[in-house]
Amino acid sequence: MRRFLLEGLIRRPLTEAPPAPDEGALGELTTALEREARATLGRSLAIRMVDAGSCNGCEMELNALSNPFYDMERFGLHFVASPRHADVLMVTGPVTRNMAEALRRTYDATPAPKWVVAVGDCARDGGCFAGSYAVAGGVDAVVPVDLHIPGCPPDPEALLRGLRALIAQAGRDKPQG
Amino acid sequence: MSDLPKLNWTRPRDFRAGPFAASVVRKAGWQALARALAEGRLTLLSLWGEAGGVCMALHDAQARRVAVARLKTRKGFASVGVHHPPAQRLERTVADLFGLLPDGAEDMRPWLDHGRWQVVHPMAEAAEAGQQPPYPFLPVEGESLHQVPVGPVHAGIIEPGHFRFTGQGETVVRLEERLGYVHKGIDRLMGGATLARGAELAGRTSGDSTVAYAFAFAQAAEAALGLDVPRRAFALRGIMAELERLANHIGDVGAICNDAAFPLMLAQTSVLRERVLRAAKAVFGHRFMRDLIVPGGVARDLDDAGEVAIRDLVEDIRENFPPLVRLYDNTPALLDRTVGAGCLPPDLARQFGAGGYVGRASGRDFDTRRDLRYAPYDMLRLEVPTREAGDVNARIWQRIDEIAQSCSLITQMLSGLPAGPVLAEISAPGEAREGLGLVEGFRGDILVWLALNPDGTIARCHMRDPSWFQWPLLEAAIENNIIADFPLCNKSFNCSYSGHDL
Repeated sequence: MRRFLLEGLIRRPLTEAPPAPDEGALGELTTALEREARATLGRSLAIRMVDAGSCNGCEMELNALSNPFYDMERFGLHFVASPRHADVLMVTGPVTRNMAEALRRTYDATPAPKWVVAVGDCARDGGCFAGSYAVAGGVDAVVPVDLHIPGCPPDPEALLRGLRALIAQAGRDKPQG
Repeated sequence: MSDLPKLNWTRPRDFRAGPFAASVVRKAGWQALARALAEGRLTLLSLWGEAGGVCMALHDAQARRVAVARLKTRKGFASVGVHHPPAQRLERTVADLFGLLPDGAEDMRPWLDHGRWQVVHPMAEAAEAGQQPPYPFLPVEGESLHQVPVGPVHAGIIEPGHFRFTGQGETVVRLEERLGYVHKGIDRLMGGATLARGAELAGRTSGDSTVAYAFAFAQAAEAALGLDVPRRAFALRGIMAELERLANHIGDVGAICNDAAFPLMLAQTSVLRERVLRAAKAVFGHRFMRDLIVPGGVARDLDDAGEVAIRDLVEDIRENFPPLVRLYDNTPALLDRTVGAGCLPPDLARQFGAGGYVGRASGRDFDTRRDLRYAPYDMLRLEVPTREAGDVNARIWQRIDEIAQSCSLITQMLSGLPAGPVLAEISAPGEAREGLGLVEGFRGDILVWLALNPDGTIARCHMRDPSWFQWPLLEAAIENNIIADFPLCNKSFNCSYSGHDL
């Protein structure tokens, strides 16, 4: 174990330069965010992830955000275990009818101000599962969505770009002093 | 096996090359097969419903051959699960989707149907649903027992499912799973779909096994059509399948250790895993190689630069993974958590036909790549490591051994890479056909049963994830462990929710 810790000290970090915030996402967000809410948040976001029916592809890329290449904690982004600790819900998958209530309850358990990020193509409109008897639709069929990050699945860089746009907005109107 | 009904037993080289002929059996024959399963003479590969009947795929391990028994029925069928528990959840699913009830079954509770679809029996003549009573969990009686309900929304980045723990103090005396939360109705979406659309859906059944699913689906389609696929396409499929296995195994070794409060391992393995995904992106254009295996071959060829990139990746893993294995082996505090935790007894693994590392770490010596051979593995040297202990530690070592095997397979495939085209043209069969696909995904054997219409569209597609036979075993493995060890045991199984719920 000592060897790995020592190497960690002397080796150059693997972490890559941060991607720029997504311009399109910034536009989408200006309308969604309340001024006062932004002020209260500072520059950190606590994220609760909810799989509402995904194939688990999006989960793999959300997990990758914590690897040393992307290291999302450096941007003040971190995953939390409870919706009660969260500012943001990242929701994946077409929302299945069997998960709709659990998603709604998770949303209700998240204190305001809160944002919902729909992750992946299925989360927009059900994707290739749209129209199934078992699928309620995209995330906005069940809870209001503030930002959508497309992809099947979106790669970690796309996820970071979207989240950085969110954090930029959240910090923009921080009160002076 | 003279007491068994006459079945069309088929060897791999035959069912991989052409359409599969299911054998129609009568009720008595069906029941005889159920008893043969219970006696361990046959292994259940799957059980599924179709319009006007139920089917069972069976594996005769000694003779290395497979058969599909079909029982025609419009109402019910003799329960297999009452003799052979691995069939129980599959039967409950047949009842949910088709309204065909297993006669004599002990457990008639719905499984995937949570009473929220607004229809009942969506695969039959779907009727409007009435109110469903609350799901009755199994009754628990005894002194000083308490229950802990967990999920469907879990405290990490994982899929949804519900676990009902009954504990006595710290010790789990029973775990009952309730799944079906991510049921997307893929079976019905497949009905009437084109093969291209079918491949898209198959590749999205369990995202972490997108290559394996697309592979199994393509196999079933090609077998049904009797299609000749170029050898080069097979080799490229094999390379993709082994890259997928590497990414998952490497990532999971770290993730299991992380659940034993050893995040250093996850940090290290997540770097190697990321390199596999980046190589896949650079070489094949997608980090998970999604939509690249299609019926007829593969959608993208491998160029010289790609070959070099994959060789470099394998070198990287061969150099940087072994030190992590030593780290695991030399950290007693970590071994203290994994050795002896979550033991799966070998007889249960055999009974359930548990595939993949779950079965092999409990002594079940089975690997689709060797025992029900398919291209490209028919041309490769493959050793199938197994272990006996069946605990979390054994499942970790099983993965470690399989990582070395995958590296060897990739090197072999690159050395003998055939030249030529990578995609064959597909035409409609002109008659109804059926085909079977069986592929060793990283988790175990994935089965795809495909019935095609004369115009080449899909009449019925049944996909059986390895998790179907692993989830019930997790309930057994967690018994007498402490609740705090559940995440560790669960991760060491790493069953798919989406692949199971589909």
